[in-house]
Amino acid sequence: MKLNRRTFVGAGVAAAASLSAPMLHAQGGKPRVVVIGGGAGGATAARYIAKDSDGAIDVTLVEPTRTYYTCFFSNLYMAGFRTLESIAHSYGTLAADYGVNVVHDWAVGIDRDAKTVSLAGGGTLPYDRLVLSPGIDFVDGSVPGWDLSAQNAMPHAYKAGSQSELLKRQIESMPEGGVFAMVAPPNPYRCPPGPYERISMVGHMLKNMNPTAKILILDPKPAFSKQGLFEEGWSRHYSGMVDRIGPDFGGADVSVDPGAMTVTVDGEVTKVDVCNVIPGQKAGRIVEIAGVNDGNWAPIEADTMRSTIDANIYVLGDATSAGDMPKSGFSANSQAKVAAMSIRGELTDSRVFPAKYANTCWSLIATDDGVKVGNSYEPADGKIAKVDGFISQTGEDDEMRKRTYEESIGWYQGIASDMFG
Amino acid sequence: MKKPLLAALSLAAMITAPAAAQEFGDAERGAKAYRQCASCHDVGEGAKHRVGPHLNGIFDRRAGSMEGYTRYSKGLVREGVDGLFWDLRRLDAYIENPKALVSDTRMAFRGIKDPQERADVIAYLRQFSADPANIPEAAPTAMSREVELTPEVLAIVGDVDYGDYLSTECTTCHQVDGDDDGVPPIIGWPEEDFVVAMHAYKRKIRPHPVMQMFASRLSDEEIAALAAYFGSL
Repeated sequence: MKLNRRTFVGAGVAAAASLSAPMLHAQGGKPRVVVIGGGAGGATAARYIAKDSDGAIDVTLVEPTRTYYTCFFSNLYMAGFRTLESIAHSYGTLAADYGVNVVHDWAVGIDRDAKTVSLAGGGTLPYDRLVLSPGIDFVDGSVPGWDLSAQNAMPHAYKAGSQSELLKRQIESMPEGGVFAMVAPPNPYRCPPGPYERISMVGHMLKNMNPTAKILILDPKPAFSKQGLFEEGWSRHYSGMVDRIGPDFGGADVSVDPGAMTVTVDGEVTKVDVCNVIPGQKAGRIVEIAGVNDGNWAPIEADTMRSTIDANIYVLGDATSAGDMPKSGFSANSQAKVAAMSIRGELTDSRVFPAKYANTCWSLIATDDGVKVGNSYEPADGKIAKVDGFISQTGEDDEMRKRTYEESIGWYQGIASDMFG
Repeated sequence: MKKPLLAALSLAAMITAPAAAQEFGDAERGAKAYRQCASCHDVGEGAKHRVGPHLNGIFDRRAGSMEGYTRYSKGLVREGVDGLFWDLRRLDAYIENPKALVSDTRMAFRGIKDPQERADVIAYLRQFSADPANIPEAAPTAMSREVELTPEVLAIVGDVDYGDYLSTECTTCHQVDGDDDGVPPIIGWPEEDFVVAMHAYKRKIRPHPVMQMFASRLSDEEIAALAAYFGSL
């Protein structure tokens, strides 16, 4: 969604709404839904509840950022296949066309008995149903030597926006023949193929601007999503550039020194020029604050996305334990629609249908070389279970890979409209 | 649904029989039946592209790949890239109802409903492709009503509200404003075309693994509902 005059005006309206803190609760007797988190899960949920209830439900969306940068396609931005603006979205259309009360603030507290959300800016939002879609936060100490204060020296770029810009610049400024290192995350984490698409995109950048540079992956996992496809692609497009150190060779025993710009693997110290640390992950903190987590993630009911811990709270996307579904924007968007239907059905006493879920993950390996993996899911035996799926094959011809990439462009348009209107 | 089960059982039975070169159509009868094709498609020595491409060497060819022919529809070219090859089974399906395989096909042909007549036409066409013994083909039992849907299925009245809900799965890629950007538009189609296309995906005769996956878990009622909803946009 490009930032044009219409959306800018809408953003102004949203900001004004957040200033009038005491007046944040809804007027009249309409049922109220508060959505915390305006990403693939939250924005989609807010839009669908508002749209499908025909104004019968009051929807408030709490999202701290005024411009949302999608994590998906941020790797493509780094490599120059997309502009930063093309992955930036504002909330003006949700506010103006769907009547969603967009509040740019942080939710800092949840009172589940009183059914209210407290905001950092001081306001309180009452709710009949609460949707949490906060994405992920990093697990403290997951990579020894790294914490959030190091994220400028060693960016994670695993929440898109300025971190993506930062990492891109760092790669572009590498010395000739330098080393790009990635500390890959342990399972489960958002976007299983994401780090490896990033490696592909870094390979693309370095091949063009710094062909003697090297890429080092330190990976605690023995295997990763679409591994065969990525490895085939790396050897084809970036031959000799990529080295992956898995757990067998110390990939699970890694520490970093952001001051010295070194990584230590199994005791051996290596100086690197760029270090992309992707730490272990857990649900966005508001989930823990709300008390609807079980360990690192929020458990949900498979047929509605309702929290198993509080019947008035739904949790979506990366923050959940969602059975077989991976943590992805597509999954969050898919889950949001099921949750929106369940909430709409309960609050307006209207028709609901059986839950269906799907996910497709596209990854770009090189120019016009795209691959995908996907599945459909249904609730079965109390969890969201895989039904059927597909994956790109090694050895596919160039035409097919190009089409796969072009499909992903179409998908991005689609999901952006689906989320933001 | 009884029909596919029966077909599957007979298929299974036939596959276990030893493979033999089968004459399943009569090329002579096919030459006569071919007249309904000849107004657009040349075939034989000296054949040229006319309204439609000539059909020499059509067997085992990737859809949309005849050199020198420029009027393929977008959808047909796309399906060729997705892996649609004119093997026996798919030629049969296409001649039965072109829109089942390629929804935006420019081949404005109603289709040959009689399986024997189709078999004859295909047998006739075979003569103009490379030695049939070299061509990988589908089992002879594939000469069944691949894409024809029963009147009951076609008569299902789609529930637009249900279609609206189901469409949420589709609209992540297929945009409701009909934009064509790497993913083809699906709004405003005649309902029957939509239904036929989805069934062709469901039976996996029309290529594209994502669509096959989605279609395979939709019931006949759900397909009708989607057709009604998208057709109304």
